[in-house]
Amino acid sequence: MNERYEINVNLAQMLKGGVIMDVVNAEQAKIAQEAGAVAVMALERVPADIRKEGGVARMSDPALIREIKAAVSIPVMAKARIGHFVEAQILEALDIDYIDESEVLTMADEDNHIDKHQFKIPFVCGARDLGEACRRIQEGAAMIRTKGEAGTGDVVEAVRHMRTMNREIAQLCALTDAEVYRFSKDHGISFELAFKIRELKRLPVVNFAAGGIATPADAALMMQLGCDGIFVGSGIFKSGNPAKRARAIVLATAHYNDPKLLADVSANLGQPMVGINCDHLIEDDRLAKRGI
Amino acid sequence: MKETIGVLALQGGFREHGAHLRQCGIEPVYVKDPDDLAPCRGLIIPGGESSCLRRLMKGFALDSAIIDAVHSRQMRVWGTCAGAILCADEIIGETPCLSLIEASVERNLFGAQLASFTEDTAIPGVCDTPERFVFIRAPGIRRVWGKTRVLHVTRDIITAAENDDVLITSFHPELSSSLSFHRYFASKCGVSIQNSPDQTWAPTSWMTLG
Repeated sequence: MNERYEINVNLAQMLKGGVIMDVVNAEQAKIAQEAGAVAVMALERVPADIRKEGGVARMSDPALIREIKAAVSIPVMAKARIGHFVEAQILEALDIDYIDESEVLTMADEDNHIDKHQFKIPFVCGARDLGEACRRIQEGAAMIRTKGEAGTGDVVEAVRHMRTMNREIAQLCALTDAEVYRFSKDHGISFELAFKIRELKRLPVVNFAAGGIATPADAALMMQLGCDGIFVGSGIFKSGNPAKRARAIVLATAHYNDPKLLADVSANLGQPMVGINCDHLIEDDRLAKRGI
Repeated sequence: MKETIGVLALQGGFREHGAHLRQCGIEPVYVKDPDDLAPCRGLIIPGGESSCLRRLMKGFALDSAIIDAVHSRQMRVWGTCAGAILCADEIIGETPCLSLIEASVERNLFGAQLASFTEDTAIPGVCDTPERFVFIRAPGIRRVWGKTRVLHVTRDIITAAENDDVLITSFHPELSSSLSFHRYFASKCGVSIQNSPDQTWAPTSWMTLG
């Protein structure tokens, strides 16, 4: 493990127990920071709007990212398309803190993810299961998140992905040395990484929840399932009272094991985002299947 | 009640501090609300996001409970990175939070994530041989006054300082194998340490411990 990668993994440790919020302008970024977000994701459109409006979703305008970076003192992340290493180079040149190589944007390369080892800046990538997470880590990702199903406000897919991750890690931990090689082959991952995960009993980088988290209860659910922190995309600024909801989700993430507190912070939050039931998504509209 | 050292466990790298304390033979208390402070002779405020930690502390009046414990019973406090920001009397561009040490701190003084770095250095009084310290989007201490003493300077910026009650560091001793600062803080708190040689530290230690 080289030193830069280690520092990048360490940055992610400082985000643990925190909430990272999607914002589309400087004003929202300030609201997020004020509510206690540990970082913001600078975007032109939140996933719910990307879904609604369609078309090709790309990296955001650098002018917008600069404006958001200037507005806050917390870390700023931005999204590059899967495999679009030039968008990543541009984002790195903007001196932001993290790049999300994201399935929420349209794919730029259907075969290859970005070779993240070529960059100094840390990357976060989405994963639906242990195999995807390990492949992204092998490519140089310093942080993993569930893919969930972004822009729906339906937490079911994020839960599925976290449950899958936990189950596959538990299965790996039950294997003998000799069986780890076959497991690695079946999951398309290196056996060195598989041995490492068996030893740690978890991923060697932080794993956040993302994709469909809309309420304080959703955030606490994902934390109790073992996530290290939370991404909230459309859930905050597509709701009736963004500042209050943002603050409630921050509190719920920090105190995820305290049902009484969760009851208090969940009260009178106004209208949540309307959402789309994932059962009603046609297969083509599922973002999580992009980039495996 | 056995006296120990607490780690503020609202957000950020608190488990790493807990793992380091255990290596010193100290069983940490993870502090989430004011009652948790009772057995603590000292409190570590970890790295994380200072703006987030500040709001979470305020929400449950933990900030006033910490200030009260320092003033009424000399509870010691050590702030690393974001924790250092929260301890300072002056935060450039922001209102101070706990105001426990005469120092002026500037957030992100060393730059964004691309400017994060490590330093191998000896710090007289803390570690005589060089140890590794990690700087992550690190704040810097612009100046100190009154009873505050400078402990360390990195690249012409003060990165560690203390008074009798409070220790602040811009960097993260909990992210490397260094135990010197945890030992140093334990002795500041008057909490006895034991070396437990059977435990080894790895960058992933926080993952397997509590």
